[in-house]
Amino acid sequence: MIYGITLSLAWRNLWRQPWRTWLTVVAMVFSNTLLVFMVSLQFGMYRLMYENSLNMFHGHLQVQAEGYLDEPWMRFSVPGIAALASDLRTAVPEARVSARASAFVLVSSADRSYGVQLIGVQPDFEPAVSTLPGLIKAGRWLSGTAPEAVIGSVLARNLKVQPGDELTFLGSGRDGSFAAAVATVVGVFDSGAADIDRSLIEIPLAAFQDIFSMDGHGHSVVISMPDVFDLDPAKAAIRQSIDDAGLVLHHWDALQPGLRQTVQADMVGSWFMYAVLIALVAFSVLNTQLMSVLDRTREFGIVMALGLKPGRLGRLLLFETAIMAGLGLLLGVALGVAVVLYFQVYGFSYPGLEEAAARFNLPGRIYPSASFASVILGPLVVFAACLAAAVYPIAKLLRMQPVAAMQAA
Amino acid sequence: MGIPLAVLLRMGWRNLWRNYRRTLIMLAAITTGVWAMIFMSAIMRGMVDDMVQTAVGNLPGHIQIHHPEYLDDPSIANSMPPPDQALREALAHPDILKWSSRVRVPAVITSEHDTRGVTLVGIDPEAESGLSSVADAVVSGRFLHSAQDRGLIVGRKLLNNLKTRVDRRVVVMSQDPDNQIIDRGFRIVGVFEAELESTEQAFIFAGRKTVQSLLNMGDRISEVVVLGRSYRDVQALAPLEQAAGAGREVLPWYELDTYLGTMLSTMDGFVWVWIVVIFLALSFGLVNTLAMAVFERAREIGLMQALGMRPFMILSQVLLETLLLLAIGLITGNLLALLSIALTQEGIDLSMVSEGMQMMGASQVLRPALLPGDVLLADAVVIVLGLLAGLFPAWRAARQRPVTALSRS
Repeated sequence: MIYGITLSLAWRNLWRQPWRTWLTVVAMVFSNTLLVFMVSLQFGMYRLMYENSLNMFHGHLQVQAEGYLDEPWMRFSVPGIAALASDLRTAVPEARVSARASAFVLVSSADRSYGVQLIGVQPDFEPAVSTLPGLIKAGRWLSGTAPEAVIGSVLARNLKVQPGDELTFLGSGRDGSFAAAVATVVGVFDSGAADIDRSLIEIPLAAFQDIFSMDGHGHSVVISMPDVFDLDPAKAAIRQSIDDAGLVLHHWDALQPGLRQTVQADMVGSWFMYAVLIALVAFSVLNTQLMSVLDRTREFGIVMALGLKPGRLGRLLLFETAIMAGLGLLLGVALGVAVVLYFQVYGFSYPGLEEAAARFNLPGRIYPSASFASVILGPLVVFAACLAAAVYPIAKLLRMQPVAAMQAA
Repeated sequence: MGIPLAVLLRMGWRNLWRNYRRTLIMLAAITTGVWAMIFMSAIMRGMVDDMVQTAVGNLPGHIQIHHPEYLDDPSIANSMPPPDQALREALAHPDILKWSSRVRVPAVITSEHDTRGVTLVGIDPEAESGLSSVADAVVSGRFLHSAQDRGLIVGRKLLNNLKTRVDRRVVVMSQDPDNQIIDRGFRIVGVFEAELESTEQAFIFAGRKTVQSLLNMGDRISEVVVLGRSYRDVQALAPLEQAAGAGREVLPWYELDTYLGTMLSTMDGFVWVWIVVIFLALSFGLVNTLAMAVFERAREIGLMQALGMRPFMILSQVLLETLLLLAIGLITGNLLALLSIALTQEGIDLSMVSEGMQMMGASQVLRPALLPGDVLLADAVVIVLGLLAGLFPAWRAARQRPVTALSRS
């Protein structure tokens, strides 16, 4: 009952100065809308970054020989890799698993030579862990064990080859011997990531093992799970099946350490900006509420003299602030969600985004990803900051002496 | 009735301090906003500067001259004759600090342990010092002595990957203009370090003449690299283009590395957006503060009008008050920003997210870079838009009817 009266008093007080109240609310709506939109956009971008760059090639988890990650050396290999991959498929049924081997070679076409990374892959399983097989723009994906190759689009242009042409590989085998082979280009992939399109060739794992005297060995078992953020159960199961002999399981964090840190660096920068925005809104609220206390000094003096406790007046001011902040929150979130929904349909882009996005394997348009957290997080901080800004005016109110207050001009 | 500006100013100044709390809070808000505008712009500029300088130091230079086909197909087949008389004269332009000819071809390097694909760069050591960062970044062994030097300089990371050491021999394979595979042993004489690990892995350096004779290319070269005074203005471009003639392509760095080029222009746009967003967040509080100040003085303003003060004078007085408020906030905000930039001139250590910064092409120490243009932009936006925001309360004050205002309690 008492709260009800205080609440309706607070509501009426706010509209004694409609201009002042609305300007303050609009300031909150402005920053809340911006926050909802920016945070959702960021989340959308991060998810894309994780998924696109991991699903392109690296996968979510990899089993490798100890030491191979730091020094990708031919000799740090995993024995019986095809069998290990099929064991893992049985041990973790929902995992997508494929085995690979890798070497640096000099590749020559009829009129060009380049140093590239040659990857041996399992043609049947690779499409489940990597998007490259699906990005073939000319020719077809690998089949069987014959010495055939798919090659990045930039590399194909530089080597001046197309499907049907032959390539020669020169390198050294696992035992240090000289390795040379001829393979036919059957497909060209175009991932949009310049690094990958410029320097990658894939051939069937069996052919690779043959050329480089691998003796059944390979270099990594690539594992992808349904959710990139929920890998712990799979990790435990995989660890059990590989606990012997010098093998280690790497999380994508270790395979692509730059990825999470890029996100973190970006987050630090944007939170600095958000903090400034929130601080400015808080100043605005502080000013409004301080004014509204000073304006009403006489009035407060009289009601205190009539016996109202300063604590209740403090609560009144807190309610006023909370109503304003609540209005700002509701309107800001509503407007923000509307903006997010619009861009979820039409995508968001700005000049230069496409070039920057290509660097991280992203499309040139971002679709914000709105979750409850991404929508409510920023506005809640604004709400809290506004309430905090009312502390000083309330403190002033509590220190007020009725007699002096009534005499104030 | 005209009132001297000095009087109006003094009245504005006194009005400002009649409610010093309100003015101080508003000043704190303006100061925070201006500080954030300038400091954050400087940080973003610093990051882009760093990315550009790292990239420019890592080979491209400010301007490059190539065979027209070279960029699309960076192979030995697209080489060109050394600079002729006309081009040499153009290169003597006072805005050009340094230039150098290079041979730059894809190659494969093999140690007794491993094989890697790299770019082999044949350089003139004397011309290279100060032009690319490699010459000054040799951390063990020695730099090349002359264009005939038979030694090889490799990156630290590549040295580790190849499991080899200074003074060991490696084999470098590439192709000659007729696509014959050429290989030759080199002794590693020096190791360089670079800001980015990818640079350490991508490039190996040898004497230009040694490489030319290895590849049977006579005195032909792949590129001429030119360093101007500053990467921000590439003055020397036009005369070079004229002198280079039809058989050569002259390109500034921002066309060589379009990612960086667009980053730079995106950043220009971003600084604008940032400054305007911060101003908007600020403007609600500003309008509110001024509106309250005018509202409180309604009677007094009515009295002045009744005594014959013209509405235009009232308007000017409120605007002058706004101007004073903005000016003080700008001064403190600028000073605070300059102070923060001076304090962080050593660089902000971002080693926690260093690999993320590497992925973006920036180093792990961030140095804010103050551009006078950004400071001017921030100050101009605050003054111009701030006065515009002050116009509304000023106009309201000026057009009220003296009788109504006076009769208000």
